[in-house]
Amino acid sequence: MLVQVDDISVCYLTGDFKEIGLKEWLMRRLTHNYQVKKFWAVRNISFLLNSGDMLGIIGANGAGKSTLLKVVAGIMEPTCGNVTRSGKTVALLELGSGFDGDLTVKENTYLRGAMLGYTRQFMDGAFEQIISFAELGDFVDRPFKQLSSGMQSRLAFSIASLVQPEILILDEVLAVGDGAFQEKSARKMREIISRGAATILVSHSLGQIRELCNKVLWLDHGKQVAFGEAGRICECYEAFLRGECTASAASELLRSSV
Amino acid sequence: MPKCDVLNKINQYKFLFEELVKRDFKKKYKRTILGMLWSVLSPLLTLLVMWLVFSNFFGRNTEHYIIYLFSGQLVFSFFSESTNSGMEALTGNAGIFTKINVPKYLFLFSRNVSSLINFGLTLLVYFVFVMADGLPFTWKFVLLLYPIVCLVAFNIGAGLILSALYVFFRDIQYLWGVFTLLLMYLSAIFYTIDKYSYVAQCLFLCNPIYLYGRYFRKIVIDSTIPSIWFHLLGALYALIMLFIGFWIYKKYNHKFLYYV
Repeated sequence: MLVQVDDISVCYLTGDFKEIGLKEWLMRRLTHNYQVKKFWAVRNISFLLNSGDMLGIIGANGAGKSTLLKVVAGIMEPTCGNVTRSGKTVALLELGSGFDGDLTVKENTYLRGAMLGYTRQFMDGAFEQIISFAELGDFVDRPFKQLSSGMQSRLAFSIASLVQPEILILDEVLAVGDGAFQEKSARKMREIISRGAATILVSHSLGQIRELCNKVLWLDHGKQVAFGEAGRICECYEAFLRGECTASAASELLRSSV
Repeated sequence: MPKCDVLNKINQYKFLFEELVKRDFKKKYKRTILGMLWSVLSPLLTLLVMWLVFSNFFGRNTEHYIIYLFSGQLVFSFFSESTNSGMEALTGNAGIFTKINVPKYLFLFSRNVSSLINFGLTLLVYFVFVMADGLPFTWKFVLLLYPIVCLVAFNIGAGLILSALYVFFRDIQYLWGVFTLLLMYLSAIFYTIDKYSYVAQCLFLCNPIYLYGRYFRKIVIDSTIPSIWFHLLGALYALIMLFIGFWIYKKYNHKFLYYV
């Protein structure tokens, strides 16, 4: 077993506490006027992944998919519950962000490489390959902010495509860029996925999920609707999207059929 | 958090740390020679103004007044620069640690390296001034490493505390600005404290910035080695700061994410 997610929940605090500052916070504490609301983004999720598994996570916007990925990746600590990972884990989330506009393409490439856990020797060897894959040979010494957004995501993808994790976590980064590059990057992504032992991916494309994943986790408003074989859950999810059944009805149906 | 654990992690993340240091350094000086020069020039300008204004009041009774002034200013500006830039270490790197699992104190350490380089440059100018003022260089100057190490640890501790607080309370920046200004006046940078009562003079030793500055003055101007208690007090301040800083980071490590 590679990944074990055991009854995890994540609670966000909402309210105006972020904006008020220290003085106002003290005042409200003293006058007992300090209130925060709890918001459970992810609630009681459990699943198991074995070697060779590909898990697709589906659900509407705000269902808690990205939060769940962050917890599985170890970036976020769950409010309750446990996550066990046995293997090197790499999460590729929102690839385009976290770059520094003032640094050059080369500097950003090294920084991102370092963030992904590569060594300097590895980067020295792989740099040419990254730049040529991203087709940015003429831009190496340009400030990152001068690149078009398409070029930026191409670079981000190229650097990330060299990861060799046992557990790969993807947040809709299966393909980037324009037509030709999209094909190239999709091919590359399949290659990475095939190298790893287990992959978890979030996608809004059911076609992709059907094609790649053998397991599916369906989230709705932070709750686990279903986890199991991809085929049946995708069918139910499509029915749900067409408005033919509610999430709870689908959950009942899927549970009874197991 | 045991110390060796921190060191192990730093070793593991050495490449990332080096790249972060490079980035912070480049961003700070915008790749210009003038940018680097300015970081030395700005404390020197402050020094010049202070000297012009105060040398008539305090300079007459104080020997080597310019060095007296510079010692205090050197320590204070290192502290002020390091804490002010360190305060944004977490919020400024939110784009990184919300996506990748890295030890968050690396961001603060990296900022502190930039400040330390700055301090090193100013220290060189300080020694030039010491020479120009006719003060003898003795073996005792080696002991200056002690307050510098203490000060670096003290700054890191203060930076850890501030950067964590800044995540939760954004008005810390203004409060800290006011605090450092008050601290500057309380640190006996441009005045001497021998006119105060004995109790008041002892109270000045409660101020770490004054203490470290005084260490410099004792070695450089008086050429005397401070007492063992003086050393212990200096180390104590640094350790307390470091301890509180790491404790906060350990406690809130997984909470920062929710606030940025």
